Amino acid sequence: MDVRPPPRSFQEVILRLNAFWAAQGCVVLQPYDMEMGAGTFHPATTLRALGPRPWNAAYVQPCRRPSDGRYGENPNRLQHYYQYQVILKPSPADPQGMLLACYRDLGLDPRLHDFRFVEDDWESPTLGAWGLGWEVWCDGMEITQFTYFQQVGGIACEKPSAELTLGLERLAMYILGVENVFDLPFNDPDSPAPLSYGDVFLRAEREFSAHNFEHADTALLFRHFADAEAECASLLAKGLALPAYDQCIKASHRFNLLDARGVISVAERAAYIGRVRALAKACCEAWIAAETDRLVPASQA
Amino acid sequence: MPELLLELLSEEIPARMQERAAEDLGRLVAAALAPLSPQDVRVFHGPRRLALVAQVAAGTPETRSTERGPRAGAPEAALAGFLRKHGASRDAVREEGGYLVLDRVVPAVDAATIIARELPLVLRRFPWPKSMRWGGTSSFAWVRPLRRILCILDGRIVPFALREGDDDGHGLAAGNETEGHRFMAPGAFAVASFADYRAEIAARHVILDAEERVALIRRDATRLAEAEGLSVVEDAGLVAEIAGLTEWPVGLIGRIDDAFMDLPPEVLRTSMRVNQRYLSLRNPDGTAAARFIVFANVVPADGGAAIVAGNERVLRARLADARFFWDQDRKRPLEAHLPKLAEVTFHARLGSQRDRVDRLVRLAGEIAPLVGADRRLAERAALLCKADLVTGMVGEFPELQGVMGRYYALAHGEDGAVANAIRDHYAPRGADDDVPAEPVSVALALADRIDTLAGFFAIGEKPTGSGDPFALRRATLGIIRIVRDNSIRIDLASLFGASASIHRERGVGSATRMVEVVEDLLDFLAERLRVQLRAEGKRHDIVAAVLARGADGDLMRVLARAAAIEALLGTEDGANLRTAYARAANILRIEEKKDGRAYDATPDPARYREPEERALAAALDAAEPAIAAHLGQEDFVAAMTDLASLRAPLDAFFDHVTVNAPEPALRENRLFLLARVRRAMDRVADFSKLEG
Repeated sequence: MDVRPPPRSFQEVILRLNAFWAAQGCVVLQPYDMEMGAGTFHPATTLRALGPRPWNAAYVQPCRRPSDGRYGENPNRLQHYYQYQVILKPSPADPQGMLLACYRDLGLDPRLHDFRFVEDDWESPTLGAWGLGWEVWCDGMEITQFTYFQQVGGIACEKPSAELTLGLERLAMYILGVENVFDLPFNDPDSPAPLSYGDVFLRAEREFSAHNFEHADTALLFRHFADAEAECASLLAKGLALPAYDQCIKASHRFNLLDARGVISVAERAAYIGRVRALAKACCEAWIAAETDRLVPASQA
Repeated sequence: MPELLLELLSEEIPARMQERAAEDLGRLVAAALAPLSPQDVRVFHGPRRLALVAQVAAGTPETRSTERGPRAGAPEAALAGFLRKHGASRDAVREEGGYLVLDRVVPAVDAATIIARELPLVLRRFPWPKSMRWGGTSSFAWVRPLRRILCILDGRIVPFALREGDDDGHGLAAGNETEGHRFMAPGAFAVASFADYRAEIAARHVILDAEERVALIRRDATRLAEAEGLSVVEDAGLVAEIAGLTEWPVGLIGRIDDAFMDLPPEVLRTSMRVNQRYLSLRNPDGTAAARFIVFANVVPADGGAAIVAGNERVLRARLADARFFWDQDRKRPLEAHLPKLAEVTFHARLGSQRDRVDRLVRLAGEIAPLVGADRRLAERAALLCKADLVTGMVGEFPELQGVMGRYYALAHGEDGAVANAIRDHYAPRGADDDVPAEPVSVALALADRIDTLAGFFAIGEKPTGSGDPFALRRATLGIIRIVRDNSIRIDLASLFGASASIHRERGVGSATRMVEVVEDLLDFLAERLRVQLRAEGKRHDIVAAVLARGADGDLMRVLARAAAIEALLGTEDGANLRTAYARAANILRIEEKKDGRAYDATPDPARYREPEERALAAALDAAEPAIAAHLGQEDFVAAMTDLASLRAPLDAFFDHVTVNAPEPALRENRLFLLARVRRAMDRVADFSKLEG
């Protein structure tokens, strides 16, 4: 039940998380190299949550939420931020205990702070996925989304996973006692060239907010959406689940951008989400079909 | 009797499901253990556990019976079948009275055996509203992962497991151990009895009884508030939820940054309640206090400084968001949001919220003069009443719809009556909610509900026995309450008609069905009125009797008529009249059926023979025009007095006159006379609907 002294910078939070989850037996992956709205979209979660194979992974994933941009003027909102994503499949004996140990490793003492598991059922209409779980609160702040996956891509999870998603900026701000995200020390404040989160990202927040809300070429985005959709289908026809899923991720992000530009009406919105979901489902089905094939023992193949 | 203690320790159970789950557990275990006649079954619920304690019989006693088999000497196959059926061997059979018989002994079963057999079944079929699978080895589902089962009978473990064939039941088996508070007393420990269990988990910072936690939360909150000269804003639902989120509630008081105190109090309260589960506080003058109370689930080592600081920080971020919406939303007048309403679907077949607003402007305008409201203001309120739905604040907190609209309207100089109507047209939201009283609000509140009802009825979306997805019953009840509480004389039939034709102009519903829609709506309204009166303990059969004479969209008239009849029935004249009516109607029904004709012609005075016939006819001659006149003037009390005048001659008629006289002409004329009585009374109400 030891509590470590808290980390001193944003990157130390990430380094500690990587070390902690590596010690729990996770493969520590690097971010997926595509734009996505949440770490769940990473194929290491969406696809690996399906099928019978055990899978324990941890990774940082940059998330892009075009509508959340505030031109760098809001101390709590970003259109680009980081999630730390852990997926434990099948869910182990005590994932809550593991998460609480992870908090202690980040310097959060459960004898001083108020941790609470508050009902929050998770659903992703674009992924055709749902699960049950909680928001984990620390002193009234949600620091983790904890979900036991039940279904992904419309397919029941054979071995339900525990998925832990930590919003890194928010968590780091809390641990480091910073009220404005741009003031977060990114590297060690005592290093020869200390940099803040704002030094690294403020300009990007301004420019991407302008892009997302004002300048993104909507005609082009509509075209890209349709292209990705078509490409996904043609790759699926060739049984290439992973490249097809890349196109699904692409379509989903193009939709998010169009949404931020305000050119999708409420009525159309549901239809677009349905189109992305159809891609996600088809990719999941293609993925699981091959997974199941490969599990056939050699003697019977 | 032996004491059974069961505890199911799981990961955190959603607060809203705990109480119901405990009730289900008590009910299902009591039913499953019925052979053990469980007594004093008590159940408990909390964030991580459901528990049950009961007294049960030590077991079921041995029972003996004799089963009769085939006749002695019957074919071999018959005996074999008999033995197979009872799982007995040939040696067990003896002969008695020419038959082969079998002495059966059902051995005594001890309670532990029965419990061990039944509880796994109860757990596997437990009716959680939503349950989940976890791990990789079992299909056993629970609301969240089940971690431990404690089951002891008089201190001894009742041995059972959830294993079933290849399914390992998550390796869960009953034991005698449980756990205390997750942080303050980690680790498992054994218990020997319920008293021991309750005391030991309390010593480990878990209060078993939710009601005790609720009481503690209230006490703590009041103490903290009073220490600063404040009072707690009552919120029973929130207190119950907090009791479902904490095993050991510890109240702490925090500050709301002064910079946010100019936000509307509803915004402060909603943000704190919905997002943070904080209790709000009030200054002695009733204004919102710049404090909140949060309940932690831990006794903090530093007295709470870190927790309070953390919560204050979170609240600052939350309220900064709220302030952003508040500032953004007020930048533009409500009217500027109208185009966006076109994008919000009200219902696929009834158009957008913008379409709805257009309809409401028309309808509220028509209603306004009928309820004493300024037509222009009612139309203005209708135009703006849904605009806040697309503002940032209402997007974040849908429960603030209307409330925010009022603030935004006032910020842009709308008339106070318009602003209030924007807020109050949603009222009454529930049975305990106030009813709008200002005329503009009343006009809009009625228009909103009438438009909803007429629209959904026009597209055939009437509520069914169990389903009412569009809350049409609540809308109807809202109309009834608004009309009654304000004593509004208004013909809802014509308003339903007006609304149906506004829908019709927009291609909703068909012209041919409009009459039918209005009739259906009036029936629906009458049914709701009956249900409402029954709920108030009033005589709903009288309303049925009044409405059986034809729908009436003027609820105040219906109620006045019903009240007059109720008063009449309370008198001796009224009670006798009702009996006499039943007698007349009964005779007519039988004779009309027998003769296959209706006796509805006018009686012939020349054929009266007895004085009682003439007296009754004379009474009717006097009463009928009086009843008609008084009904026309809506003087229902006077109409009842007119009716009462028939009582004596009618009683005398039945006492002295034989209706079914041997002479056909006399009989026919007397039946005509009775039919005239029935007609006269039916003008007031359908007396056949009245219950004794």
